[in-house]
Amino acid sequence: MIFALILGFLLLIIGIYGMLTQKNLIKIVIGFSIVDTGVHIIIVSIGYIRGKTAPIIDASVDIKNAVNAVVDPIPSALVLTAIVIGLAVTALMLSFVIKLYQKNKSLSIDDYQELKW
Amino acid sequence: MIKRIFVLLAILGLILMFLPFLRDFDFHEELGELSSKYVEGSVNDLNTQNVVTAVIVTYRGLDTLGEVTVLFLATAGVGFLLRKKKTSKKSRKSSELLQTGSQFLFVLIILTGVYIFTHGHLTPGGGFQGGVLITTAFLLLILADINLKFNHTILLFVESLSGVFYVVIGLLGVLLIGMNSFLDPAILPMGNFGKVLSAGAIPLIYSLVGLKVGSELTTIIDKMGGE
Amino acid sequence: MISIIIIVLGIIMIIAAFLAIRLKNLLAAIISAGVISLLASVIYLMLAAPDVAMTEAAIGSGLTTIIFIFTLKKIRKGDLDD
Repeated sequence: MIFALILGFLLLIIGIYGMLTQKNLIKIVIGFSIVDTGVHIIIVSIGYIRGKTAPIIDASVDIKNAVNAVVDPIPSALVLTAIVIGLAVTALMLSFVIKLYQKNKSLSIDDYQELKW
Repeated sequence: MIKRIFVLLAILGLILMFLPFLRDFDFHEELGELSSKYVEGSVNDLNTQNVVTAVIVTYRGLDTLGEVTVLFLATAGVGFLLRKKKTSKKSRKSSELLQTGSQFLFVLIILTGVYIFTHGHLTPGGGFQGGVLITTAFLLLILADINLKFNHTILLFVESLSGVFYVVIGLLGVLLIGMNSFLDPAILPMGNFGKVLSAGAIPLIYSLVGLKVGSELTTIIDKMGGE
Repeated sequence: MISIIIIVLGIIMIIAAFLAIRLKNLLAAIISAGVISLLASVIYLMLAAPDVAMTEAAIGSGLTTIIFIFTLKKIRKGDLDD
């Protein structure tokens, strides 16, 4: 429904705003995680059909008529993979943060200016 | 000051890009063509109750192989960056209640995880959820006793052998059935609809994925947290 | 009925997202991010996707919070504020 779609877009915008304005490295990674959650909510809410049930065909769903009684299963399958990959990428980013802190002893992004021209 | 104005302009531009999408979007009233083909195929050909499991293991099996590869690369990256130094600081031993309780709960959580990924084709669940539960059991052991050392050789063997067997079962499908059926679950007998030993090779493939995900996430947690 | 639950949970999630970005204490910001993932898991259940709800509840509000806290522990014990 339309409310879940609007919620997903609002989370996406808040996450990007957080990544652009914060100075602490860990806050930037938290903003990345919020963007991830927002995008997943958008994808799952596209596959919803009003009045139908979950795509598991057990005793309460008629087998012969299953096509007219279940929600779309494809967005669920895509998001399932994406959640696990999001966790792995967040862990990799945090290990980068640990190595950067061990080198320069500072968590603020103003102290890492070597790539600016 | 200039930077804040630019950030606000960028956010406003993003909102303007998303507005036409929200205004003209109308939700479906019935399933599309590809989704109906997948739902009917999973009832008639594959004998699987959980349609999402059938999509992930059979119809989109190559995407699962790619996801397993991405997890492996991320774990290798974390393991390379965070090598352990030899710290000689000993923390205090935790109390008797915590150690005994955590060992008792460890067995129960592993049992729940194995149940979830072997019944992945019947109930909501599957390999990813079961693997994460197994990681949570090991996390409980780490939190109860911070000086615990894992046997890294066993974790290495479980992870590598699960990946190898996943690809071997996929190639068995090509050898036994035909040229276009990589990861076809028809290499084992199909069975009845709704029993545990049904749906061909889907429980076997999903169990291997669950073990691989569980051991990789345990390696990540061990490298980041243990002393 | 479903729309009312999604609206109420959505308002709490947006407030938690603002708190996660603006708070100075890092530990409180990490816990707010965990609350967002937990409420997202309930919304997935309302949208008829039980597999995704199970995965998000285990990974989002369990493992992600724990690896953030392990990072804080490795960074040195005295540095909890900005």
